[in-house]
Amino acid sequence: MLMKSTQREEKAATQTNDTPAEVVLDCHAEQIFYGDFLAVRDSKVPIQKNKITGFIGPSGCGKSTVLKSINRMNDLVRTFRFEGKVQFHGIDIYDKKVDPVSVRRNIGMVFQQPNPFSMSIYENVAFGLRLNRFRGNMDEKVEKALRGAALWDEVKNKLKNNGLSLSGGQQQRLCIARAIATEPQVLLMDEPCSALDPIATRQVEELMIQLKQRFTVAIVTHNMQQAQRVADQTAFFAVDISQGGRTGYLVEMGPTSELFNNPKEQLTKDYLHGEFS
Amino acid sequence: MAHPTTTLPQEAASLSQPPSKMDIIFNKSFRSLTYAFTWAMVLLLAAIVIKIGIKAIPAIERHGLAFLTTTTWDVNSQHFGILPEIWGTLYSSLLALILGGFFGITIAIFLTQDFLPHRVEVVLKSIIELLAAIPSVVYGLWGIFVLIPLIRPLADFLHTHLGWLPWFSTSLSGPGMFPAALVLSIMILPTIAAISQDAFRAIPHKTKEAAFGMGTTRWEAILKVMLPAASGGIFGALVLGLGRALGETMALAMLVGNSNQISLSVFAPANTLASLLALNFPEAAEYEVSVLMYAACILLLITLLVNIAGTAIIAMTGSGAKK
Amino acid sequence: MKHAQTAENEFHLPRLERQPFEPRALKSIVLSSITVAAAITACIPLFSVLIMLLYRGGKRLSLEVFYQLPPTAFETGGGFGNAIVGTLFMVGIAALISVPFGILAAIFLAELGPDSKVAITARFCAKIMTGLPSILAGVFAYAAVVVVFKTYSAWAGGIALSLLMIPVVLLTAEEAIKMVPRAMKEAAVGIGCTPAQAMVKVILPVALPGIITGVVLAVARAAGETAPLLFTALFSDYWLKAQEPTASLAVLIYNYSGMPFENQIELAWAASLVLVLMVFLLNIISRTLGGRKKI
Repeated sequence: MLMKSTQREEKAATQTNDTPAEVVLDCHAEQIFYGDFLAVRDSKVPIQKNKITGFIGPSGCGKSTVLKSINRMNDLVRTFRFEGKVQFHGIDIYDKKVDPVSVRRNIGMVFQQPNPFSMSIYENVAFGLRLNRFRGNMDEKVEKALRGAALWDEVKNKLKNNGLSLSGGQQQRLCIARAIATEPQVLLMDEPCSALDPIATRQVEELMIQLKQRFTVAIVTHNMQQAQRVADQTAFFAVDISQGGRTGYLVEMGPTSELFNNPKEQLTKDYLHGEFS
Repeated sequence: MAHPTTTLPQEAASLSQPPSKMDIIFNKSFRSLTYAFTWAMVLLLAAIVIKIGIKAIPAIERHGLAFLTTTTWDVNSQHFGILPEIWGTLYSSLLALILGGFFGITIAIFLTQDFLPHRVEVVLKSIIELLAAIPSVVYGLWGIFVLIPLIRPLADFLHTHLGWLPWFSTSLSGPGMFPAALVLSIMILPTIAAISQDAFRAIPHKTKEAAFGMGTTRWEAILKVMLPAASGGIFGALVLGLGRALGETMALAMLVGNSNQISLSVFAPANTLASLLALNFPEAAEYEVSVLMYAACILLLITLLVNIAGTAIIAMTGSGAKK
Repeated sequence: MKHAQTAENEFHLPRLERQPFEPRALKSIVLSSITVAAAITACIPLFSVLIMLLYRGGKRLSLEVFYQLPPTAFETGGGFGNAIVGTLFMVGIAALISVPFGILAAIFLAELGPDSKVAITARFCAKIMTGLPSILAGVFAYAAVVVVFKTYSAWAGGIALSLLMIPVVLLTAEEAIKMVPRAMKEAAVGIGCTPAQAMVKVILPVALPGIITGVVLAVARAAGETAPLLFTALFSDYWLKAQEPTASLAVLIYNYSGMPFENQIELAWAASLVLVLMVFLLNIISRTLGGRKKI
């Protein structure tokens, strides 16, 4: 069953009940390929400033692929090909003139598995600052980032310890501190809690809600409760197997409460009620 | 890649900076540098082949293929033939391969088929690996002063009682094919054992379970299931071991006797291509250098072919890819 | 042996006891014994070499062999100080050439262009070159260096040894860089590193122990090589002069092993002991660093 999702989701994006905000990042993925394999099609996801946008959907629906396309992380995959546009303040980041390295410096990313560098906690956080030739008070910025990631009190006495010596939840918050230290405009999070226990998950969720005051956040999650708890806007993706492949696409997107309480599409309804195969 | 010109919009709060000129120059030159050295690796091998080939041209033109089929090596009369050396190289390597192959494969079985507690396995494995670390010149010294005196009684016995067999038709006068091949087999044993172990370890555990599940004894499982399954990798190991044996120089130069003759007897002195080069190069006059380069070409050709074959076999069977 | 028969129908209870004299059990015992014997036999050479080195080399080993020059034919005493210096110097040159060469090429092979044609060709060439007879490295260095500069020299010896080290360094460094977790590489790129920055700041520091393992192994291999030095560095009875023939431990052992003088033969054993200790030490270092074993 195929649906004409594009028009509807455009409508959904403009019909927000919450106060509509400026769209910082307008992602329109027409087609994303890995080699010959069409992974994602027709997905338009506008990301609003100082909001948390959640990406949900069954596994294989391309939500992570779309997220990773937003800061050109997928360039690491040799066979990756993106057709469409990602407008960042009106500039298409897939334009040939744009340097993907600059893009990643403005659009930070937190990964599914905590991946601190094998260096001290302090150096992990200072890494991005040094990379961006920051010349101010480094200690102050590192402390600010660690406080921002709600990690300061736990590590302030062992900043020289290796980042890998922390627990999983602490490592993930260290990665968040590392990502926010340079104050990127947008923060992408790819299932940031999937490797964490419930307590660490709650800490990271609370952190995200604080972060949206200063940053714009987009988060992929496999956990619908999590999307309900933290996301302002939610985009629902599904897999289309009608063409023989497994192509992901956006079914609908809207304010979280509206999408969960009053979905427009039958497919969304089925998924939310667990009737999705 | 075109130099990126578009700058992304900055917000006051953001500390993000696009990569500086230095960053970009560093990135580009770093990439070019690694690319250049990758090419250099290819060119290096090519240079070795070409350089030796060019130096050999005068000798190739003068002696042609007769070089490979004649047996005299006389600097004064300028007659050069390397048939005895080719024979010696192949014969010593083959003998070493039989011995080293048998021991190498047996040890690989011993180390991978749960004969030993894990700790003992690790110790034995380290001992075999240390065998490979001993420099070949030390093996040569050991061969001269320890091995040859040790095997002489055995050689005498074999010659007296089984002298009618062509292999034992001469007596061991000191250096000769047998001690050389013996040391050679010790030197290639670690290579064969290591790659064969990889081949055995690459067999999925379920294969072995299936064999035991059918009610085989340990040795029935090894001989009828594990050995055939690992045969590709083991074959590759033998070929690479052969490659090492063909090119080994010092132990042979010290032990083989450096005698320009062809004999089936394992106790007779002989010569090999590598030890011919080792012995004659330092004193070679200009034209003789070219002749030796020709011999080096033949050695290069034989070892390249054998190594390419061995690498390809291991790559194809997909086992023991790491050396 | 138990045969159980019931009245109603014939039923053989399977024999489950061990049958030590059954053919298949005998065969197993014989084969196992052969295996054990083969493994023990294979260990004999190593122990024999080590014992002889300690016995014959240890007897001659003294402080003065480390700083004295080689004796002339009928002299007593003497040492091989110049050969130790020569070996260290030439292995040093070889390392200076092969380490940057191997690591830079390995970076391209592992990260920057692993599937490119040139990378695949280079990887193949390196594998083939590890099997190159070491004497051919000497032949090449002779043609490319000795003939050109018209003299045997430590430089020529070092270059010949570097040819043997380059493929080893390259292949082990490539493995080490590939072993760095993908998540860490992603983190570096995700924070906005250029590929070169990611490599230098994040990936190489993590891969460093593995790379050093490979370098140390290559150094150990080069230190024991004789054939490439025979007609590139030749030998010398005097202290090191880099642009002249140079002594090395390996060539000293080779030369003295064929001499009819007891003093020289003793020195050859002592030099072998020193060389083997050096090589074993390097192997132990590389094992400790690498944590895993390789040959």
